[in-house]
Amino acid sequence: MSDFTLYTYVLSASCYKVRLMAALLGVPYDSVAVNFYPGFEHRSEAMLALNPSGTLPILRAGDLVLTETQAMLGWLATNHDRTGRWYPAADPVLGPQVLQWLGFAARLTGSAGLARLHAILDWPVDGEAVRKAALKDLRELELLLTDRVLAGRTWLVGDHPTIADIACFPHAALSPDAGLEHDGFPAIRNWLYAVRSLPGFVTMPGIHELLELREPADPQ
Amino acid sequence: MSLLYASNDWYPVADAACLARGPRKTRLLGTDLEVLGPFDDPVVTDMGGRRFPVQVRYDHLWTTIGDDPRPLFDIPEADEPGRRHVPCGVVRVKCSPLRAVENFLDIAHFPFVHTGILGAEPHTEVATYKAEIREDADEVWATNISFYQPQAAKSAAGGITTRYEYRVPAPTAAVLYKTCPPRPKAMDVIAIFVQPRSETDCDVWPWMALYDDTTGFADLAQFQQEIFLQDRSILENQRPVKLPLDPKLEIPTRADLTSIAYRRWLKRRGAYYGALTDQT
Repeated sequence: MSDFTLYTYVLSASCYKVRLMAALLGVPYDSVAVNFYPGFEHRSEAMLALNPSGTLPILRAGDLVLTETQAMLGWLATNHDRTGRWYPAADPVLGPQVLQWLGFAARLTGSAGLARLHAILDWPVDGEAVRKAALKDLRELELLLTDRVLAGRTWLVGDHPTIADIACFPHAALSPDAGLEHDGFPAIRNWLYAVRSLPGFVTMPGIHELLELREPADPQ
Repeated sequence: MSLLYASNDWYPVADAACLARGPRKTRLLGTDLEVLGPFDDPVVTDMGGRRFPVQVRYDHLWTTIGDDPRPLFDIPEADEPGRRHVPCGVVRVKCSPLRAVENFLDIAHFPFVHTGILGAEPHTEVATYKAEIREDADEVWATNISFYQPQAAKSAAGGITTRYEYRVPAPTAAVLYKTCPPRPKAMDVIAIFVQPRSETDCDVWPWMALYDDTTGFADLAQFQQEIFLQDRSILENQRPVKLPLDPKLEIPTRADLTSIAYRRWLKRRGAYYGALTDQT
């Protein structure tokens, strides 16, 4: 029994956020592959009727249709995480911090996400400008994560991974696709490693599983 | 010398989907080009307005900037009735066009890079197969390849041992024939057509001609795109960036027979564009 339907594209980092969150929470769903590229099916009449903004992913659960990725993460956590730790919305300190990071995640989509689409699919944007913007956002993330490390913390907010981590993870992890390597971002690298080691983690092209965590080979 | 040789081959510079969105500004062998639609009556020019010949084959628009072009290779299966053609769009990769072809010919990386799809541990052994340069056709062929694959195609219901044959009809193109899960006697055709933008930077156009009447186009194209994007980061990190043709520079293993034949064939032809040789 699936809980929702996800309209998705295999190379989309935003679609992957929802797939990853659902996997980490163990929520079953149905996928509908949309020919985002090369077909631009997300701009077809049928898809625009579902989502007038013409973006992916789209989440449908009964009568509910969500078209904003960060809202989907919130919906998943609110409805499927009984512990409330993935989205501590009611916490007067942590709740607003999560929302702050969701805003940052949207910014990353506009910088690192576009830089990646330009590098991979020759997206018609100013490649140099979006790469510069992505680099600026990654530096900001590095600085904020360094503060967290100095405070003895692993995750962006509080002591448990939240939808903030999942919202920011894919575009940060995939920045090498646009030639923005992680070599100069040690705090980002450690944090990416932490996300990849979460139980139930799933991959997408360009984001690999942590082979180091596999059980050691039988010495026999 | 190497550019002169390369300039006399045909290369893909557009497909119908991209021209439907407008003119395509692109680059071929270091020359900036503009491709204007419509797809069935296209015009390819350089920035100075010089027009280049065009032909539409295998759902792509091909051009050549050479003065004495060799004919575009034939893929007879393209005209077989019942096959579904799936042009998968274009993916840009910062690597030598020859490295992109060589990676496509490699089987040994499947379990590690395409885990759970084209391969899986512990099924990592590449059984002995045959790789040769066919003198009559002047092509590289690898035959008698079989490999265990958990999800060989979108149409495969589970793990199967897949039969493979590879064919390299031109330095920047490779055609793969593999077991078609719904029709065990037929072979699916999967190809990559590489558009060399420079010696270290290329646009890759994957293309398929399959027997599969049930899977939607989006699923078929995304299956191929997922696999290709899994290769992309590895291709961009290969060193040296250009493909070494001198056997002293890299040490091959038995699993690399196709690669050895391909490199030997490139060397023999003088197809050095994107290659590292003792002469460059």
